[in-house]
Amino acid sequence: MLRIFEFLYKIRTFLLFVLLEFLAVWIIVSNNSPQGAAFFNSSNAWTGKALEKQSEVVQFFSLAEANASLNSENALIKQKLLGLQAQPDSLPLQIDSLLEARYKFIGARVIANSLRLSQNYITLNKGEKDGVKPGMGVFNSQGVVGRIKSVSKNYAVAFSLLNTSLLLSAKIKTSDVFGSIQWDGTNSSEAQLLYVPRHVTVSKGDTILTSGFNAVFPEGILIGQISDVAVNQKDPNYLALTVQLSADFSRLTYVYLVENPAFQELDSLQNQSVLPND
Amino acid sequence: MTSRNIISYSFLILALVVVQLLFLKNLAVFGQAFGFLYLLGLLVLPSTLRTIPLMILAFFLGLSIDLFFQTLGMHTAAATCFAFFKHIWLKISSPSGSYEESEEPTLSQIGLVRYVSFALPLLFLYSLVFFVADHWGTGTFIAVVSKSFFSSVFTLLLTILVQLLFFKRKRGIS
Repeated sequence: MLRIFEFLYKIRTFLLFVLLEFLAVWIIVSNNSPQGAAFFNSSNAWTGKALEKQSEVVQFFSLAEANASLNSENALIKQKLLGLQAQPDSLPLQIDSLLEARYKFIGARVIANSLRLSQNYITLNKGEKDGVKPGMGVFNSQGVVGRIKSVSKNYAVAFSLLNTSLLLSAKIKTSDVFGSIQWDGTNSSEAQLLYVPRHVTVSKGDTILTSGFNAVFPEGILIGQISDVAVNQKDPNYLALTVQLSADFSRLTYVYLVENPAFQELDSLQNQSVLPND
Repeated sequence: MTSRNIISYSFLILALVVVQLLFLKNLAVFGQAFGFLYLLGLLVLPSTLRTIPLMILAFFLGLSIDLFFQTLGMHTAAATCFAFFKHIWLKISSPSGSYEESEEPTLSQIGLVRYVSFALPLLFLYSLVFFVADHWGTGTFIAVVSKSFFSSVFTLLLTILVQLLFFKRKRGIS
Protein backbone atom coordinates (compact mmCIF):
# COMPACT_ATOMS: atom_id res chain seq x y z
CA MET A 1 0.00 0.00 0.00
CA LEU A 2 2.76 2.37 0.99
CA ARG A 3 4.47 1.67 -2.30
CA ILE A 4 1.41 2.71 -4.22
CA PHE A 5 1.35 6.00 -2.38
CA GLU A 6 5.05 6.46 -2.97
CA PHE A 7 4.55 5.80 -6.63
CA LEU A 8 1.63 8.22 -6.84
CA TYR A 9 3.72 10.82 -5.01
CA LYS A 10 6.51 10.33 -7.50
CA ILE A 11 4.31 11.03 -10.48
CA ARG A 12 2.35 13.82 -8.76
CA THR A 13 3.43 16.37 -11.37
CA PHE A 14 2.09 14.23 -14.16
CA LEU A 15 -1.14 13.55 -12.27
CA LEU A 16 -1.69 17.26 -11.71
CA PHE A 17 -0.96 17.86 -15.40
CA VAL A 18 -3.61 15.33 -16.42
CA LEU A 19 -6.09 16.80 -13.94
CA LEU A 20 -5.58 20.37 -15.17
CA GLU A 21 -5.79 19.36 -18.84
CA PHE A 22 -8.96 17.46 -18.07
CA LEU A 23 -10.39 20.56 -16.41
CA ALA A 24 -9.45 22.70 -19.42
CA VAL A 25 -11.05 20.29 -21.88
CA TRP A 26 -14.15 20.18 -19.70
CA ILE A 27 -14.31 23.98 -19.84
CA ILE A 28 -13.95 23.94 -23.63
CA VAL A 29 -16.66 21.33 -24.09
CA SER A 30 -19.14 22.83 -21.66
CA ASN A 31 -18.63 26.28 -23.15
CA ASN A 32 -19.47 25.00 -26.60
CA SER A 33 -22.79 23.53 -25.58
CA PRO A 34 -25.39 26.26 -25.94
CA GLN A 35 -26.68 26.17 -22.38
CA GLY A 36 -23.48 25.53 -20.50
CA ALA A 37 -21.08 27.59 -18.46
CA ALA A 38 -22.75 30.95 -18.46
CA PHE A 39 -20.49 31.98 -15.63
CA PHE A 40 -17.32 31.74 -17.65
CA ASN A 41 -18.51 33.97 -20.46
CA SER A 42 -17.11 37.37 -21.12
CA SER A 43 -20.64 38.53 -20.51
CA ASN A 44 -20.03 38.19 -16.79
CA ALA A 45 -19.81 41.43 -14.91
CA TRP A 46 -16.06 41.97 -14.45
CA THR A 47 -14.71 41.05 -17.85
CA GLY A 48 -17.68 42.74 -19.45
CA LYS A 49 -16.85 45.99 -17.68
CA ALA A 50 -13.19 45.82 -18.69
CA LEU A 51 -14.03 45.05 -22.31
CA GLU A 52 -16.54 47.88 -22.40
CA LYS A 53 -13.96 50.40 -21.18
CA GLN A 54 -11.47 49.17 -23.76
CA SER A 55 -13.99 49.40 -26.58
CA GLU A 56 -14.99 52.89 -25.53
CA VAL A 57 -11.44 54.06 -26.15
CA VAL A 58 -10.97 52.14 -29.39
CA GLN A 59 -14.35 53.04 -30.84
CA PHE A 60 -13.85 56.73 -30.20
CA PHE A 61 -11.72 56.73 -33.32
CA SER A 62 -14.45 55.29 -35.50
CA LEU A 63 -17.24 57.56 -34.24
CA ALA A 64 -17.30 59.67 -37.39
CA GLU A 65 -17.75 56.59 -39.55
CA ALA A 66 -20.47 55.17 -37.30
CA ASN A 67 -22.26 58.53 -37.44
CA ALA A 68 -22.17 58.62 -41.21
CA SER A 69 -23.58 55.14 -41.57
CA LEU A 70 -26.32 55.83 -39.01
CA ASN A 71 -27.17 59.03 -40.86
CA SER A 72 -27.54 57.36 -44.23
CA GLU A 73 -29.60 54.61 -42.66
CA ASN A 74 -31.86 57.18 -41.04
CA ALA A 75 -32.42 58.82 -44.39
CA LEU A 76 -33.37 55.51 -45.94
CA ILE A 77 -35.81 54.70 -43.15
CA LYS A 78 -37.39 58.18 -43.41
CA GLN A 79 -37.94 57.63 -47.09
CA LYS A 80 -39.66 54.31 -46.47
CA LEU A 81 -41.75 55.78 -43.66
CA LEU A 82 -43.11 58.50 -45.93
CA GLY A 83 -44.32 55.86 -48.31
CA LEU A 84 -46.07 54.00 -45.52
CA GLN A 85 -47.86 56.95 -43.96
CA ALA A 86 -51.51 56.83 -44.86
CA GLN A 87 -52.92 59.65 -46.95
CA PRO A 88 -55.74 61.53 -45.20
CA ASP A 89 -58.31 60.59 -47.81
CA SER A 90 -57.26 57.02 -48.45
CA LEU A 91 -59.23 53.90 -47.59
CA PRO A 92 -59.22 53.30 -43.81
CA LEU A 93 -57.40 50.08 -42.95
CA GLN A 94 -58.36 47.81 -40.10
CA ILE A 95 -55.45 47.29 -37.77
CA ASP A 96 -55.41 43.55 -37.41
CA SER A 97 -52.90 40.79 -36.93
CA LEU A 98 -51.68 41.17 -40.51
CA LEU A 99 -50.26 44.59 -39.81
CA GLU A 100 -49.13 43.92 -36.27
CA ALA A 101 -45.45 44.42 -35.78
CA ARG A 102 -43.99 40.93 -36.04
CA TYR A 103 -40.47 41.69 -34.94
CA LYS A 104 -38.94 43.55 -32.03
CA PHE A 105 -35.68 45.44 -32.48
CA ILE A 106 -33.05 46.46 -29.93
CA GLY A 107 -29.91 48.50 -30.64
CA ALA A 108 -26.59 47.46 -29.06
CA ARG A 109 -22.91 48.26 -29.16
CA VAL A 110 -20.16 45.70 -29.85
CA ILE A 111 -17.65 45.68 -27.00
CA ALA A 112 -15.53 42.69 -28.02
CA ASN A 113 -15.15 40.86 -31.27
CA SER A 114 -12.80 38.30 -32.75
CA LEU A 115 -12.40 37.15 -36.33
CA ARG A 116 -9.20 35.18 -36.53
CA LEU A 117 -10.26 31.96 -34.84
CA SER A 118 -12.59 29.34 -36.20
CA GLN A 119 -15.09 29.84 -33.36
CA ASN A 120 -15.61 33.58 -33.17
CA TYR A 121 -17.88 35.36 -30.73
CA ILE A 122 -19.14 38.91 -30.29
CA THR A 123 -19.82 40.51 -26.92
CA LEU A 124 -22.56 43.15 -26.75
CA ASN A 125 -23.33 45.78 -24.12
CA LYS A 126 -27.01 44.89 -23.76
CA GLY A 127 -28.25 42.05 -21.58
CA GLU A 128 -31.21 40.47 -19.90
CA LYS A 129 -32.34 43.73 -18.35
CA ASP A 130 -32.69 45.26 -21.82
CA GLY A 131 -34.76 42.34 -23.05
CA VAL A 132 -32.06 40.40 -24.88
CA LYS A 133 -32.73 36.66 -25.08
CA PRO A 134 -30.65 33.75 -26.37
CA GLY A 135 -31.48 32.97 -30.00
CA MET A 136 -32.12 36.53 -31.16
CA GLY A 137 -30.67 37.52 -34.53
CA VAL A 138 -27.91 40.14 -34.81
CA PHE A 139 -27.43 42.37 -37.86
CA ASN A 140 -26.26 45.85 -38.77
CA SER A 141 -26.90 48.24 -41.64
CA GLN A 142 -24.55 46.26 -43.87
CA GLY A 143 -25.95 42.80 -43.30
CA VAL A 144 -26.33 39.80 -41.03
CA VAL A 145 -23.79 39.53 -38.20
CA GLY A 146 -24.75 36.56 -36.03
CA ARG A 147 -27.02 35.12 -33.38
CA ILE A 148 -27.18 35.53 -29.58
CA LYS A 149 -25.65 32.61 -27.69
CA SER A 150 -25.97 33.47 -24.04
CA VAL A 151 -27.07 36.40 -21.93
CA SER A 152 -26.10 37.77 -18.53
CA LYS A 153 -27.69 40.64 -16.65
CA ASN A 154 -25.89 43.45 -18.47
CA TYR A 155 -24.13 41.78 -21.39
CA ALA A 156 -24.73 39.27 -24.13
CA VAL A 157 -22.48 36.97 -26.17
CA ALA A 158 -23.36 36.17 -29.77
CA PHE A 159 -22.11 33.61 -32.27
CA SER A 160 -20.47 35.60 -35.02
CA LEU A 161 -21.42 34.53 -38.55
CA LEU A 162 -17.70 33.75 -38.62
CA ASN A 163 -18.25 30.75 -36.39
CA THR A 164 -18.07 27.33 -37.96
CA SER A 165 -20.87 26.01 -35.77
CA LEU A 166 -23.49 28.56 -36.87
CA LEU A 167 -25.86 27.66 -39.71
CA LEU A 168 -28.21 30.26 -41.13
CA SER A 169 -31.13 29.81 -43.50
CA ALA A 170 -30.64 31.92 -46.64
CA LYS A 171 -32.07 32.33 -50.13
CA ILE A 172 -30.95 33.57 -53.50
CA LYS A 173 -32.88 36.73 -54.29
CA THR A 174 -33.46 36.21 -58.00
CA SER A 175 -34.60 32.58 -57.91
CA ASP A 176 -35.91 32.24 -54.32
CA VAL A 177 -33.92 29.02 -53.97
CA PHE A 178 -32.89 28.51 -50.37
CA GLY A 179 -29.86 27.00 -48.70
CA SER A 180 -27.75 27.33 -45.57
CA ILE A 181 -24.96 29.78 -44.93
CA GLN A 182 -21.98 28.39 -43.03
CA TRP A 183 -18.48 29.73 -42.57
CA ASP A 184 -15.62 27.36 -43.37
CA GLY A 185 -13.09 29.01 -41.07
CA THR A 186 -10.64 30.36 -43.64
CA ASN A 187 -11.44 33.81 -45.00
CA SER A 188 -13.14 36.35 -42.73
CA SER A 189 -14.98 38.00 -45.63
CA GLU A 190 -16.36 34.90 -47.31
CA ALA A 191 -18.79 32.13 -46.34
CA GLN A 192 -20.30 29.11 -48.08
CA LEU A 193 -23.88 28.67 -49.26
CA LEU A 194 -24.70 24.98 -48.86
CA TYR A 195 -27.43 22.66 -50.11
CA VAL A 196 -28.27 24.49 -53.34
CA PRO A 197 -29.12 21.76 -55.90
CA ARG A 198 -27.11 21.54 -59.08
CA HIS A 199 -29.94 22.26 -61.51
CA VAL A 200 -30.33 25.83 -60.22
CA THR A 201 -28.70 28.46 -62.39
CA VAL A 202 -26.64 30.77 -60.24
CA SER A 203 -24.41 33.52 -61.47
CA LYS A 204 -21.74 35.62 -59.86
CA GLY A 205 -23.07 38.71 -58.15
CA ASP A 206 -26.45 37.23 -57.19
CA THR A 207 -27.70 38.66 -53.92
CA ILE A 208 -28.14 36.38 -50.89
CA LEU A 209 -30.79 37.29 -48.32
CA THR A 210 -32.13 35.73 -45.14
CA SER A 211 -34.99 33.40 -46.00
CA GLY A 212 -37.25 33.95 -43.02
CA PHE A 213 -37.67 30.18 -42.71
CA ASN A 214 -35.82 29.87 -39.43
CA ALA A 215 -37.98 32.63 -37.92
CA VAL A 216 -34.93 34.20 -36.28
CA PHE A 217 -34.39 36.90 -38.88
CA PRO A 218 -37.09 38.70 -40.82
CA GLU A 219 -37.12 37.78 -44.48
CA GLY A 220 -34.89 39.76 -46.80
CA ILE A 221 -31.96 40.98 -44.68
CA LEU A 222 -28.82 41.16 -46.78
CA ILE A 223 -26.13 38.52 -46.22
CA GLY A 224 -23.87 38.99 -49.22
CA GLN A 225 -23.26 38.30 -52.87
CA ILE A 226 -22.19 35.19 -54.73
CA SER A 227 -18.51 35.52 -55.59
CA ASP A 228 -17.74 32.05 -56.90
CA VAL A 229 -19.76 29.18 -58.40
CA ALA A 230 -18.46 25.62 -58.63
CA VAL A 231 -19.70 22.05 -58.34
CA ASN A 232 -19.33 20.52 -54.90
CA GLN A 233 -16.48 18.01 -55.03
CA LYS A 234 -17.66 15.91 -52.13
CA ASP A 235 -21.31 15.72 -53.13
CA PRO A 236 -21.89 16.38 -56.86
CA ASN A 237 -25.64 16.83 -56.36
CA TYR A 238 -25.03 20.25 -54.89
CA LEU A 239 -23.27 23.42 -55.92
CA ALA A 240 -20.36 24.87 -53.95
CA LEU A 241 -21.20 28.56 -53.72
CA THR A 242 -18.90 31.13 -52.15
CA VAL A 243 -20.57 34.22 -50.74
CA GLN A 244 -18.84 37.55 -50.25
CA LEU A 245 -20.27 38.71 -46.91
CA SER A 246 -21.64 42.24 -46.94
CA ALA A 247 -20.97 42.95 -43.26
CA ASP A 248 -17.43 44.09 -42.49
CA PHE A 249 -16.62 42.05 -39.38
CA SER A 250 -13.40 43.88 -38.64
CA ARG A 251 -15.27 47.12 -37.98
CA LEU A 252 -18.41 46.18 -36.14
CA THR A 253 -19.54 48.97 -33.82
CA TYR A 254 -23.31 49.26 -33.59
CA VAL A 255 -25.67 46.38 -34.29
CA TYR A 256 -29.39 45.63 -34.07
CA LEU A 257 -30.90 42.65 -32.31
CA VAL A 258 -34.12 41.25 -33.66
CA GLU A 259 -36.61 39.01 -31.93
CA ASN A 260 -39.59 37.26 -33.39
CA PRO A 261 -42.21 37.08 -30.60
CA ALA A 262 -43.90 34.24 -32.46
CA PHE A 263 -40.70 32.18 -32.58
CA GLN A 264 -41.70 29.81 -29.76
CA GLU A 265 -45.05 29.10 -31.35
CA LEU A 266 -43.59 28.52 -34.83
CA ASP A 267 -40.76 26.42 -33.52
CA SER A 268 -42.92 24.12 -31.44
CA LEU A 269 -45.39 23.78 -34.31
CA GLN A 270 -42.63 22.77 -36.69
CA ASN A 271 -41.23 20.29 -34.23
CA GLN A 272 -44.49 18.43 -33.80
CA SER A 273 -43.56 15.21 -35.45
CA VAL A 274 -46.40 12.97 -34.34
CA LEU A 275 -47.95 11.43 -37.39
CA PRO A 276 -51.64 10.61 -37.44
CA ASN A 277 -51.93 6.85 -37.05
CA ASP A 278 -54.43 5.37 -39.40
CA MET B 1 13.28 33.45 -5.20
CA THR B 2 13.46 36.57 -3.12
CA SER B 3 10.39 38.66 -2.48
CA ARG B 4 11.84 41.37 -4.68
CA ASN B 5 12.06 38.85 -7.48
CA ILE B 6 8.48 37.76 -6.95
CA ILE B 7 7.24 41.34 -7.20
CA SER B 8 9.18 42.07 -10.37
CA TYR B 9 8.01 38.85 -12.03
CA SER B 10 4.43 39.61 -11.09
CA PHE B 11 4.76 43.03 -12.71
CA LEU B 12 6.28 41.49 -15.81
CA ILE B 13 3.46 38.97 -16.19
CA LEU B 14 0.79 41.57 -15.50
CA ALA B 15 2.31 43.94 -18.08
CA LEU B 16 2.52 41.15 -20.67
CA VAL B 17 -1.10 40.15 -20.09
CA VAL B 18 -2.23 43.76 -20.51
CA VAL B 19 -0.26 44.06 -23.76
CA GLN B 20 -1.74 40.77 -24.93
CA LEU B 21 -5.29 41.91 -24.19
CA LEU B 22 -4.99 45.42 -25.61
CA PHE B 23 -2.77 45.06 -28.65
CA LEU B 24 -2.41 41.43 -29.69
CA LYS B 25 -6.05 40.42 -29.47
CA ASN B 26 -7.12 40.69 -33.08
CA LEU B 27 -3.67 40.75 -34.59
CA ALA B 28 -2.86 37.92 -36.95
CA VAL B 29 -0.07 38.51 -39.45
CA PHE B 30 -1.31 37.35 -42.89
CA GLY B 31 -4.22 35.70 -41.08
CA GLN B 32 -1.81 33.00 -39.92
CA ALA B 33 0.63 34.17 -37.29
CA PHE B 34 -0.79 34.95 -33.86
CA GLY B 35 1.35 36.52 -31.14
CA PHE B 36 1.14 34.85 -27.74
CA LEU B 37 3.52 37.29 -26.12
CA TYR B 38 2.26 36.66 -22.57
CA LEU B 39 4.07 33.30 -22.66
CA LEU B 40 7.32 35.20 -22.22
CA GLY B 41 6.32 35.55 -18.56
CA LEU B 42 6.22 31.77 -18.18
CA LEU B 43 9.33 31.22 -20.28
CA VAL B 44 11.73 33.35 -18.27
CA LEU B 45 10.64 32.26 -14.80
CA PRO B 46 13.69 30.66 -13.13
CA SER B 47 13.93 26.92 -12.66
CA THR B 48 13.68 27.33 -8.89
CA LEU B 49 9.96 27.59 -9.47
CA ARG B 50 9.01 23.92 -9.72
CA THR B 51 6.72 22.46 -12.32
CA ILE B 52 3.69 22.12 -10.03
CA PRO B 53 3.40 25.80 -9.02
CA LEU B 54 4.34 26.78 -12.57
CA MET B 55 1.56 24.62 -13.96
CA ILE B 56 -1.02 26.08 -11.57
CA LEU B 57 0.14 29.58 -12.46
CA ALA B 58 -0.10 28.76 -16.17
CA PHE B 59 -3.57 27.31 -15.73
CA PHE B 60 -4.96 30.47 -14.19
CA LEU B 61 -3.02 32.74 -16.53
CA GLY B 62 -4.47 30.89 -19.52
CA LEU B 63 -7.95 31.01 -17.99
CA SER B 64 -7.77 34.77 -17.48
CA ILE B 65 -6.67 35.27 -21.10
CA ASP B 66 -9.52 33.00 -22.20
CA LEU B 67 -12.11 35.01 -20.29
CA PHE B 68 -11.29 38.08 -22.35
CA PHE B 69 -10.76 36.34 -25.66
CA GLN B 70 -13.95 34.27 -25.74
CA THR B 71 -11.82 31.16 -26.27
CA LEU B 72 -12.75 29.39 -23.06
CA GLY B 73 -10.40 26.60 -22.08
CA MET B 74 -8.24 26.76 -25.19
CA HIS B 75 -5.46 28.98 -23.85
CA THR B 76 -5.84 27.20 -20.50
CA ALA B 77 -5.17 23.77 -21.99
CA ALA B 78 -2.28 25.06 -24.08
CA ALA B 79 -0.61 26.98 -21.25
CA THR B 80 -0.84 24.03 -18.84
CA CYS B 81 0.75 21.78 -21.42
CA PHE B 82 3.42 24.40 -22.03
CA ALA B 83 4.24 24.59 -18.31
CA PHE B 84 4.39 20.82 -17.88
CA PHE B 85 6.98 20.39 -20.63
CA LYS B 86 9.03 23.50 -19.87
CA HIS B 87 11.48 22.02 -17.36
CA ILE B 88 11.68 18.69 -19.12
CA TRP B 89 12.55 20.37 -22.37
CA LEU B 90 14.94 22.84 -20.71
CA LYS B 91 16.91 19.88 -19.32
CA ILE B 92 16.95 18.03 -22.64
CA SER B 93 17.81 21.04 -24.78
CA SER B 94 20.70 22.20 -22.59
CA PRO B 95 24.15 20.91 -23.49
CA SER B 96 25.11 18.25 -20.93
CA GLY B 97 26.40 19.62 -17.66
CA SER B 98 25.52 23.23 -18.34
CA TYR B 99 22.06 23.10 -16.83
CA GLU B 100 21.93 25.15 -13.69
CA GLU B 101 19.05 24.95 -11.30
CA SER B 102 18.88 28.62 -10.51
CA GLU B 103 19.32 30.07 -13.92
CA GLU B 104 16.74 32.12 -15.74
CA PRO B 105 16.41 31.00 -19.33
CA THR B 106 16.48 34.53 -20.72
CA LEU B 107 18.12 35.57 -23.95
CA SER B 108 21.04 37.35 -22.28
CA GLN B 109 21.68 34.46 -19.87
CA ILE B 110 21.75 31.52 -22.24
CA GLY B 111 22.53 33.11 -25.61
CA LEU B 112 20.55 33.25 -28.83
CA VAL B 113 21.12 29.72 -30.15
CA ARG B 114 20.19 28.00 -26.91
CA TYR B 115 17.28 30.37 -26.39
CA VAL B 116 15.80 29.57 -29.80
CA SER B 117 16.27 25.82 -29.39
CA PHE B 118 14.68 26.06 -25.95
CA ALA B 119 11.77 28.39 -26.71
CA LEU B 120 10.70 27.54 -30.26
CA PRO B 121 9.59 23.92 -29.68
CA LEU B 122 7.70 24.94 -26.53
CA LEU B 123 5.94 27.76 -28.35
CA PHE B 124 5.14 25.38 -31.21
CA LEU B 125 3.65 22.90 -28.76
CA TYR B 126 1.55 25.66 -27.23
CA SER B 127 0.28 26.84 -30.62
CA LEU B 128 -0.41 23.28 -31.72
CA VAL B 129 -2.56 22.52 -28.68
CA PHE B 130 -4.34 25.85 -29.08
CA PHE B 131 -5.16 25.47 -32.78
CA VAL B 132 -6.13 21.81 -32.47
CA ALA B 133 -8.65 22.89 -29.82
CA ASP B 134 -9.80 25.78 -32.00
CA HIS B 135 -10.20 23.80 -35.22
CA TRP B 136 -11.57 20.68 -33.52
CA GLY B 137 -13.61 18.76 -36.08
CA THR B 138 -13.64 21.53 -38.68
CA GLY B 139 -10.18 22.50 -39.89
CA THR B 140 -7.67 20.55 -41.90
CA PHE B 141 -4.44 19.17 -40.51
CA ILE B 142 -2.31 21.37 -42.81
CA ALA B 143 -4.11 24.55 -41.70
CA VAL B 144 -3.53 23.69 -38.04
CA VAL B 145 0.17 22.92 -38.51
CA SER B 146 0.90 25.95 -40.67
CA LYS B 147 -0.92 28.28 -38.26
CA SER B 148 0.97 26.74 -35.33
CA PHE B 149 4.32 27.04 -37.05
CA PHE B 150 3.93 30.66 -38.11
CA SER B 151 2.45 31.65 -34.76
CA SER B 152 5.33 30.09 -32.83
CA VAL B 153 7.92 31.83 -35.03
CA PHE B 154 6.11 35.15 -34.73
CA THR B 155 5.79 34.77 -30.95
CA LEU B 156 9.50 33.87 -30.72
CA LEU B 157 10.43 37.03 -32.61
CA LEU B 158 8.20 39.08 -30.30
CA THR B 159 9.77 37.58 -27.17
CA ILE B 160 13.28 38.26 -28.49
CA LEU B 161 12.34 41.83 -29.36
CA VAL B 162 10.85 42.50 -25.93
CA GLN B 163 13.91 41.03 -24.18
CA LEU B 164 16.31 43.11 -26.26
CA LEU B 165 14.36 46.28 -25.59
CA PHE B 166 13.31 45.97 -21.96
CA PHE B 167 15.46 43.42 -20.12
CA LYS B 168 18.70 44.50 -18.46
CA ARG B 169 21.74 42.67 -19.68
CA LYS B 170 23.14 39.75 -17.68
CA ARG B 171 20.78 40.27 -14.81
CA GLY B 172 17.43 39.09 -16.01
CA ILE B 173 14.76 41.59 -15.27
CA SER B 174 15.43 44.17 -12.60
